[in-house]
Amino acid sequence: MDLPDAEALCGELARKLRAGVTESTGLVGIRTGGAWLAERLHRELKVSTPMGTLDISFYRDDFDVAGLHHQVKPSQIPFDVNGRHVVVIDDVLYTGRTVRAAMNELFDYGRPGKIELAALVDRGERQLPIAAQYVGATLSVPSGKLLRLARDERGKFFLRLSDAQPAA
Amino acid sequence: MRNPQLNGDGSLQHLLTIEGLPREVLVHILDTAASFIGVTEREVKKVPLLRGKLVFNLFFEASTRTRTTFEIAAKRLSADVINLNITVSSSTKGETLLDTVDNLSAMHADMFVVRHSSSGAAHLIANHVASHVHVINAGDGRHAHPTQGLLDIYTIRHYKKDFSALSVAIVGDVLHSRVARSLIHALTTLGAPDVRVIGPRTLLPTGVEQLGVSVHHDMREGLADCDVVVMLRLQNERMKGPLLPSAQEFFKSYGLTPQKLALAKPDAIVMHPGPMNRGVEIDSSVADGPHSVILPQVTFGIAVRMAVMSILAGN
Repeated sequence: MDLPDAEALCGELARKLRAGVTESTGLVGIRTGGAWLAERLHRELKVSTPMGTLDISFYRDDFDVAGLHHQVKPSQIPFDVNGRHVVVIDDVLYTGRTVRAAMNELFDYGRPGKIELAALVDRGERQLPIAAQYVGATLSVPSGKLLRLARDERGKFFLRLSDAQPAA
Repeated sequence: MRNPQLNGDGSLQHLLTIEGLPREVLVHILDTAASFIGVTEREVKKVPLLRGKLVFNLFFEASTRTRTTFEIAAKRLSADVINLNITVSSSTKGETLLDTVDNLSAMHADMFVVRHSSSGAAHLIANHVASHVHVINAGDGRHAHPTQGLLDIYTIRHYKKDFSALSVAIVGDVLHSRVARSLIHALTTLGAPDVRVIGPRTLLPTGVEQLGVSVHHDMREGLADCDVVVMLRLQNERMKGPLLPSAQEFFKSYGLTPQKLALAKPDAIVMHPGPMNRGVEIDSSVADGPHSVILPQVTFGIAVRMAVMSILAGN
């Protein structure tokens, strides 16, 4: 199937986010694709609050069946979460389980004032009552396919579709 | 022979000894521990990984540091923890080790953390329990203390970053030390090129060279230009035996003083698994001095034990 240009979607997402973020908004990317995206958006939107990254491995709901993810990296939230407007950023929004885990983890840093969600692609098929406020594009992807953001050696974004079972 | 710690797919089922564990397994544990360090610095110092799991701390031998850090680690993973100090419980009434384990298994134990004075006790339990139950050796006789070895290499990696050009000196009672054995296996697996043991002949096991270490009886020679000095505890009961003349004599030859430490590299770190005997194997000015990382070792120990427990529970 034809995949949209991730760079164009990123520009679209930045345009939509510009209206919603302020100097003090905390941008938080979910590893790995969401963290790359957050890095780019943080630079383009010139947000002064340092960006955060979350590795949700310790909060996944499939630990009992899948075990611990093999390459856990430390989460880093370099700002005070309490009372803050936080935008959680992920590359592909699918079942909503990753976002659920990310929100649970965020609350262990404090009590955010407001959490919003930005995703480059929304592929639908939600299994939880979760919705994104900022979306680059909605896309229908056959179930059983894994869609994720990738980067070439120059840092240019592109979308990659593979047969691997998508993680929840 | 199949490694009894590993599942069919090579993942870790139990942690009994570092000996024979592949490098990737050690690195995975260290990397996971690094992620848990951040958890312990947050407002809520807990993650939900082991929610609903029941962990038994089975200590047949006295311990403060190890038992407490295992308890904190399990609690930070949201497990329920039961501490059993068996020296004063069932075994004094004559119950066998495996009967104790069976009874706790009947209470739906998911994990046993075992310290025992007999080498092989944790292996025995691991071979006995059902396949969904995990066993961690928290020290068995003179044999192994794998989580101590792991927290030691975590500490070394934290301060020295890389093992490939490292000189590590392990000093003192190597003969009776499960800590030394676990650390030597970990260091050689990670490729540390220069591991030395230093001590009197009577406190070094015969054939220790076969573990890939060099043997020294003189601190001046053994400490020269090393990056890491690991002091071992001289167990009080040994001092009365025939292996040593006296604690004072031992301190004179092998106690770590600022003068002896000056032989090591200027940025050398000093480690000790605890509990320390000040004035026997280590001088207070070194234990509390700028080279000492003895207390950070304890803190890192929590994250390392969280890593081990969560990796086992997920396999």
